[in-house]
Amino acid sequence: MPTVSVKRDLLFQALGRTYTDEEFDELCFEFGLELDEITSEKEIISKEQGNEKAEGASDVILYKIDVPANRYDLLCLEGLVRGLQVFKERIKAPVYKRVMPNGEIQKLIVTEETAKIRPYAVAAVLRNIKFTKDRYDSFIELQEKLHQNICRKRALVAIGTHDLDTLSGPFTYTAKRPSDIKFKPLNKTKEYTACELMNIYKTDNHLKHYLHIIENKPLYPIIYDSNGVVLSMPPIINGNHSKITVNTRNVFIECTGTDFTKAKIVLDIIVTMFSEYCENQFTVEAAEVVFPNGKSHTFPELTYRKEMVRAELINKKVGIRETPENIAKLLTRMFLKSEVIGDGNQIEIEIPPTRADVIHACDIVEDAAIAYGYNNIQMALPKTYTIANQCSQEDIADKLGLDISATNAVHISNPKTAEFQVARTTLLPGILKTIAANRKMPLPLKLFEISDIVVKDSSRDVGARNYRHLCAVYYNKNPGFEIIHGLLDRIMQLLDVPPGEKKRGYMIKTSEGPAFFPGRCAEVFARGQSIGKLGVLHPDVITKFELNMPCSALEINIEPFL
Amino acid sequence: MADGPVAEALLRRLEAGDGGLDSAELAAELGVEHQAVVGAVKSLQALGEIIEAELRSTKHWELTSEGQEIDREGSHEARVFHSVPPEGLPQSELMRLPSGKVGFSKAMSNKWIRVDKSAADGPRVFRAVDSVEDEVQRRLQLVRSGQAEKLGEKERSELKKRKLLTEVTLKTYWVSKGSAFSTSISKQEAELTPEMISNGSWRDRPFKSYNFSARGVLPDSGHLHPLLKVRTQFRQIFLEMGFTEMPTDNFIESSFWNFDALFQPQQHPARDQHDTFFLKDPAEALQLPMDYVHRVKRIHSHGGYGSQGYKYNWKLEEARKNLLRTHTTAASARALYRLAQKKPFTPAKYFSIDRVFRNETLDATHLAEFHQIEGVVADHGLTLGHLMGVLREFFTKLGITQLRFKPAYNPYTEPSMEVFSYHQGLKKWVEVGNSGVFRPEMLLPMGLPEKVSVIAWGLSLERPTMIKYNINNIRELVGHKVNLQMVYNSPLCRLDVEQGSPQTQETR
Repeated sequence: MPTVSVKRDLLFQALGRTYTDEEFDELCFEFGLELDEITSEKEIISKEQGNEKAEGASDVILYKIDVPANRYDLLCLEGLVRGLQVFKERIKAPVYKRVMPNGEIQKLIVTEETAKIRPYAVAAVLRNIKFTKDRYDSFIELQEKLHQNICRKRALVAIGTHDLDTLSGPFTYTAKRPSDIKFKPLNKTKEYTACELMNIYKTDNHLKHYLHIIENKPLYPIIYDSNGVVLSMPPIINGNHSKITVNTRNVFIECTGTDFTKAKIVLDIIVTMFSEYCENQFTVEAAEVVFPNGKSHTFPELTYRKEMVRAELINKKVGIRETPENIAKLLTRMFLKSEVIGDGNQIEIEIPPTRADVIHACDIVEDAAIAYGYNNIQMALPKTYTIANQCSQEDIADKLGLDISATNAVHISNPKTAEFQVARTTLLPGILKTIAANRKMPLPLKLFEISDIVVKDSSRDVGARNYRHLCAVYYNKNPGFEIIHGLLDRIMQLLDVPPGEKKRGYMIKTSEGPAFFPGRCAEVFARGQSIGKLGVLHPDVITKFELNMPCSALEINIEPFL
Repeated sequence: MADGPVAEALLRRLEAGDGGLDSAELAAELGVEHQAVVGAVKSLQALGEIIEAELRSTKHWELTSEGQEIDREGSHEARVFHSVPPEGLPQSELMRLPSGKVGFSKAMSNKWIRVDKSAADGPRVFRAVDSVEDEVQRRLQLVRSGQAEKLGEKERSELKKRKLLTEVTLKTYWVSKGSAFSTSISKQEAELTPEMISNGSWRDRPFKSYNFSARGVLPDSGHLHPLLKVRTQFRQIFLEMGFTEMPTDNFIESSFWNFDALFQPQQHPARDQHDTFFLKDPAEALQLPMDYVHRVKRIHSHGGYGSQGYKYNWKLEEARKNLLRTHTTAASARALYRLAQKKPFTPAKYFSIDRVFRNETLDATHLAEFHQIEGVVADHGLTLGHLMGVLREFFTKLGITQLRFKPAYNPYTEPSMEVFSYHQGLKKWVEVGNSGVFRPEMLLPMGLPEKVSVIAWGLSLERPTMIKYNINNIRELVGHKVNLQMVYNSPLCRLDVEQGSPQTQETR
C-alpha cells in the first residue's frame, strides 16, 4: 500500500476546514484510507539519524496516509483533497478537458529503434501553470509515487517533465548506442556519455535501482528536441537543460514504457492532478505522438467511459435497498458522475480518466457500498445449505509405490537463507534441531511432528507434490528403540492395521540407511508398501546435530492411512 | 520409631509430670544423643495432637578441644612455669616442651619467668615468682560446669579469641501434652492396602495425614504445540458453521493458480522475486488446463465478461513459473474451478488452514512461512451484507464481538473489506482479517454461473496464537528454536474465553 505524506495544515486549508486527528482518522477509515502516522520531518530525521541531525529540520506536522494500491488518483495532496471534497459533496467533480493549442501542436516522433527496448511513448503539455514551492514539491513527489507503484520502479513506465520554453519541438524518441549518447544530465555541470553515466549512478542510492532496466541492452532510449538537446534518457535520468523549476510556466510531459496502457494512465493522472494550477483550470494541451508505422495519436486520452448498471444489481450485490436516484448520488460522491436513465432503473455512470481502477461493474458496486458506508449495511446470514466435510484425500492410494526416501527435493531459486534452499523432504532434521535448541530440558525428550514434505513428482501438474509425514524421536541416555518401535505398534493399532505380512497388515524388516546405526535400522511396510524407516540414529548424525545422547527415530509417510 | 524406647520414655515422663520437659534435658537424663529425642518428638508430632512441641533455641558456651585440654592440665603458661625447676632450664630445652612456644611468651608477659641471656650454655629460664594462679584454667572450669555467665563479657571474648571457647546454638523442643495425649500409641499407616480392606483392619488403624500443600506427580503425557491447539479450534468453528475442508496439500503451485487465475496481473508487485519464492527445480508447471488458461489470458489482456481487462501482453511462460504458494487462495481457486465443472451448480462452503510462503523481511512477528486461515462461500445472490454476517458469526465464535469494516483493495476481490475489532487492552481498533467478494473476472472464466457470487475471508493462524499464548517472538513459536517448556506449559485453547485479538499478517 503506497503511503502519501502531506502537510496537515496545507491539507486542512485545501479541505476548507480543520479536523482533530481522530476526526480525520475516522474520515479516512470511511473512505478506505488509513491515517498511518502523524509526524514531522524533524521527527523522521531524528528517528532515523538521531536528534543531532534533526536540528533545524522542519517541524511542520505531516500526515502519512495509506492509499489503496489501485487508486493512483489519490497519490498526491491535490488528488486526496479532490476525492474527499467530492465524497463530502463540498465540490462537484471537475471535468478534465484536452484542448488543441493555438499554434502548432507539440510532436514527439518515435523511431523504430525503440521497438526492442521501450516501444511506447505518450506526451502532453501543461500550459500556463503556476507553481509554488509546495505545488512544485507535490508535482515531483507524485512522479516518484507513480514510478514506485504503477510504473513498477520505472520498468513499465518512466516519466520525464520538462520546461517547454527551453526546448524546441518536434521531439524525437529514439534509441542509440550508449557510447553515442552524450549530454549534461540533471543537476550535473558537465557532459557525460551514457556509459559514463551508468558507472556514476552505480553508487547513486536513488538511481542505482533503475540501471538494470537498460544496462545490458545494445541501444539506450533517448529523447532529443529539434536542436539535438537531450530531454531525457528514460528510464534513468532527464537532461539538465530542460529542468523544471518553481518558475516554469509551460511543462512538457513525456512518458515512455513497455506497457502502453499504463503509460496512458500515468500521463492522465499527472495532467488531471496538476492542470488544477493551469490558467485554464483542468484543461490540458494535447501533444501528438507519431509511431514508427507512421500512425499518429493525440495524447492525453482523458477518456470518459460510460457504463450502464441496473440499480437492482447494486442493491443485490451490496445487500441494500436504495432507490436508483440515491444510488446515483452515492456513486457521484465517489467521483463517478451518475444519473438515472431509461426505465428509471438503469444508472448511467461516467468513469473519469482518473479512475482507471474501475474496469468492471463490481468496481462500481464497491464504490456504491463505500459511499453508503460499509458499517451501515445490514448484516445477514447466507441461506447456503451445506454439509461440512473434513479433508479427504481420496486420490492418494494410487501413488503408494513411490520410494519416499529418495531425495527428490524441490529447489528454491531465490532462497532467503542457506537453510532454506530446498523444500524439506523429511521431518527428522527439524526435530533434531529442536532438541539441540532445547538441551536444557529434562530427559527423556520425546518429540513428534506430523507435517507435509515436498518432493518432485512429474505426474503432478506443477511437477511436485506434498506427502504427509509422521516423525517421532526418542532422545535419552539409552537409545530406546523399543519405545519408538512401541509407538509404531500403537499408531498401527489405532489405524486398525494389524501386525503381520498379510495384505492389510504391517511389519518391519532389517534395512539400512545413512542416518541409522548399522544393524539398528528397519524399514516399515504397511499394506504391502514401504512407508518409511525406524531405528537408532548413527552417532555421526547425532554429533552433527550437536547432540550427545543416543537417539532413536521413526519417520513414515501416513498418506496410506488418511 | 514412634514406638521406640525414647518416645515411650518421653510419653511416660510427660504423663508423670506436670507442664512439660526439655528435649535436651531428657537426652541428658536418658543418656542418649539429643538427636534421638528430636526424632522421637517429630514422629510423635506426625501422629496428630498427642504432644505439643515448641521449638526453642538456646545459646551456650562450650570448651573447644584445646579448651578442654587446658581445663584438665592447666594453661600453657602455667605448664611452662611448673616445668621450670628452681635452678632454671635452658631456653632451648623449654621450647621443645609441648606447651613451650605458646606458654613461654604468655608466661613472660605475665612476668612469671625471666630469661638470663648471659648464662654459660646459652639463655636460661628461671622462675620469677614462687607460685602462680592459673586464671585461664579457673575460668574454663567455670564454663565447663555451666557457669559461663559468671564470667565477664570481656573475659569470654578473650578466651574465644584464643580459640578455647565457642558459642553454640542448641535447638531443643519444649514438649508438653497434646489435646489427644496418650501413652498407648500405635504406628500410623501410610496407605490403605488391599489386606486392610479385606480384613477390615483399616477400621482400627490410624493413618498418616497427607501433605496437601505438596505438588502432585504429573501424569506421563504428550503435549500439543499451541499452533495445533488453535488450529483445531478454528477447524471446529468452520465445521460447526457447515464449511468443508479444501485439499491444500501442495506447497508448490504454479503462478497460474497462485496469481493469474485470481486475475492478479503479471506485473503485480507480489509477483516479484522480492515477494515470492520461485522454484529452480521444477521451475515450470508441466500441465495447465489450457481451455481455461485461454479464457484467463483473454480476460487479462483484452477483458470480457463485462470487464475492461488489464490490457497488457499476457504471457504463458510467466503463468507456468512454479513457486511456493503465497496464499491458500491458490487452493481456493482450484476448489472453485472444480466446483465450476460440476453441473448443475451446487452451493458450497469451503475452508482451509495451511502453510504459505512469502519472501518477507524477517522480524519478531514475520517469518518467511506462516499459516493462513481461509473461508469461502459460493452461492447465488450473496451480498456484501452476507459477507459481513458470516464474519460476525465467525468472529463471535472466536470471542470477538465488536467489529467494523473498512474499504480496502485486494487484486482479486471487489468489493473488499478489512475487518477490524476493538481491542480492549490496546484501546484501539486492530485489523483481524481481510475479506471480499471474488471478482467476476476470476469466477466467470472458471465457468461459474454469472449469478453466483463467492465471498471469502482470511487471517493468519500465528497472530491469534501469539496473542492467545502471550508470545512476543514468533521464533519461539515456529521453527526449531521453539521453546519446549512453553509447549509443555501451554494451557488448552478455548478461543471464545477471554478475548484475544487475532490479526492477519498483512495480506496483499
